Amino acid sequence: MDLVVKNGRIVDPSQKLDRVADILIRDGLIRTIGDGAFADVPVFDATGLIVAPGFFDIHVHLREPGTEEAETIATGGSAAVAGGFTAVAAMPNTNPPNDNPSITYYILSEARRSSPARVFPIGAITKEQKGEVLAEIGEMFEAGIAGISDDGKPVMNAQLFRLALEYAQMFDMPVIQHCEDLNLSKGGVMHEGIYSTRLGLKGIPAAAEETMVSRDITLTHMTHGKYHVAHLSTRGAVEIVREAKARGLRVSAEVTPHHFTLTDAAVADYDTNAKMNPPLRSADDVAAVVEAIKDGTIDAIASDHAPHHINLKMLEFDRAPFGITGLETAVGLALTKLQLPITRLVELLSINPQKIMKVKSWGLFEGSAADLTILDLKRSWTFDVHRSRSRSRNSPFHGWQLKGKAVATIVGGKVVYEDRA
Amino acid sequence: MLKRKDLLGVQDLGREEILEILDTAESFHEVSTRNIKKVPTLRGKTVINLFFEASTRTRTSFEIAGKRLSADVVNISSSTSSVSKGETLIDTAKTLDAMAADCVVIRHFASGAPHTLAKLTKASIVNGGDGAHEHPTQALLDAYTIRHRKGRLNDLKIAIIGDVAHSRVARSNIHLLTKFGSHVWLCAAPTLMPPGIEKIVCENGELLHISHSMDEAVEGADVVMMLRVQFERMSESFFPSVREYFRYYGLTTVRAERAMPDVIIMHPGPMNRGVEIATEVADGPYSVILDQVSAGVAVRMAVLYLLLGG
Repeated sequence: MDLVVKNGRIVDPSQKLDRVADILIRDGLIRTIGDGAFADVPVFDATGLIVAPGFFDIHVHLREPGTEEAETIATGGSAAVAGGFTAVAAMPNTNPPNDNPSITYYILSEARRSSPARVFPIGAITKEQKGEVLAEIGEMFEAGIAGISDDGKPVMNAQLFRLALEYAQMFDMPVIQHCEDLNLSKGGVMHEGIYSTRLGLKGIPAAAEETMVSRDITLTHMTHGKYHVAHLSTRGAVEIVREAKARGLRVSAEVTPHHFTLTDAAVADYDTNAKMNPPLRSADDVAAVVEAIKDGTIDAIASDHAPHHINLKMLEFDRAPFGITGLETAVGLALTKLQLPITRLVELLSINPQKIMKVKSWGLFEGSAADLTILDLKRSWTFDVHRSRSRSRNSPFHGWQLKGKAVATIVGGKVVYEDRA
Repeated sequence: MLKRKDLLGVQDLGREEILEILDTAESFHEVSTRNIKKVPTLRGKTVINLFFEASTRTRTSFEIAGKRLSADVVNISSSTSSVSKGETLIDTAKTLDAMAADCVVIRHFASGAPHTLAKLTKASIVNGGDGAHEHPTQALLDAYTIRHRKGRLNDLKIAIIGDVAHSRVARSNIHLLTKFGSHVWLCAAPTLMPPGIEKIVCENGELLHISHSMDEAVEGADVVMMLRVQFERMSESFFPSVREYFRYYGLTTVRAERAMPDVIIMHPGPMNRGVEIATEVADGPYSVILDQVSAGVAVRMAVLYLLLGG
């Protein structure tokens, strides 16, 4: 089970690495990084390619258990490696939700059995994600969760959220919030603004996100907790997080590719693949998010991969569920749209996600798990949703021409995905 | 003939198309005054009224319009169709298409439902009102009535007052009247004024005015258009009470006197008497509310003819 990844440009900002070198993998671990021939070892020729520590998508929905017609751990894991991700963090809104160790064990054992990508479950903050009492956070931690979140059901009760921020410190896990004041957003199906008014659709104001980010940061300051903002989407939220970081609070934030790529104008034809939560925001919000990615206010890019069966997306806009798939388009969109230095991109997709979640870190160093993402920055390609490995087809990016792609994904020393030109 | 398959909204209608509809409606208006109220124009055509929301006047108006043109008109309401058995809108529409309907008039509680259908059917889709989005034939019949009374659609002051947030009638009228160069004054409590409304028209945006004072909006108005308070769409307390609503946004005789002496008072119906409009105004000499209803038949005849005829 040896492999040499040869002659690639190896980029790992956590090791301050950016040079052309060979990586020798043995028994699933990185054995040596250097130059020169390794006799009798199979070679993966990475000439002209970027070799990075495995990308980690910290916000995905694998739908298993409970909604296997939309996605399974196997199909979601397969989509992940096809998108260049060696690892994903799975949100707990399964059915039943991941609010106790038996579900955590199930997800992990199914992932070991069927997923080419590593899967780190996220546990629920509260039992049944109901926002009433804390779930068995410690028991789930022992079983293997990497963070806690009630995901699409934000914890509206401030006292309960305070307790979660305090309790999670026993395990050094992040408390991840989908920031949405449910009173302000009630009934909303898209961003509140000119387009929602023109289209006659009920809006979700930016303030629904910002009031909760603001409240949570006050509680983070009070508790010294470790707080992570999921899929941040508004200028106001960017500013609140920026200010909190300046004060030295343990706050991190992620953004999705659709929130730095599309605006609420995409809803104009009542396309249900433009319906997600948080909704696509205004052009001004998109500009603020892009700036925040560049200046470091935003720590990570995460897809919020949310597969839905086509039957549900064929409904009227008001009735269709929120969410789009994203695992296979995230890296291509980031490379195409953001024009970042490659070191910054690796931070956003690998280094920082590892720091945010409670995981044993990996990278381009001896002894690390041999989880690698290999990129071809020059590859032009077109996303074809009908060839997606996800079980669902709800993507607004079908037919998009992108430049830059993950062309190979290595997990534990094994090439689990390869797409050489 | 209109060079389009569907009538989904006023927003994307050109001035020429609107005038063609209004002029055609003028000529059809006469049909309704005859003893035998029928012409053979759409004989052999099938028009289906697919209504997912309660409606008396719009559905009846389309039905009469179709029948006066000799089309076969079938009415389907959500309680009598497979919709109540859980069939999706899309399957319902495809089924009707397979039966070779020429036109489906759809009224739906979800904004955009007609647009979803239009992409899937061969039949022409006419939007009979979708959510809080548009109600194009209402705006066309309002324009017909205004043009009939005022002789023009430009350079008028038109006050649209009431529940703008939930009103598809308001949106369609805003698009239509600003296209022709009239000043539109929107007036509502801030809680019923949707965000960004001042920017929803693509051209002539300077003709759109926002006010929270009914006196200001009505002052010197040529047309006062009252909107129904849509209690059925309100899940929250947008205003404290009907009493207080009427105090600030109810059209009384005293308020109406601020308008031009030849003002016309309009309401798309159904009215909440004593909520947005006083009975003596609704039934008074300036009211053209019943003219709107009869214009509705002529305008819908014109729309069906221009989409299906030829």
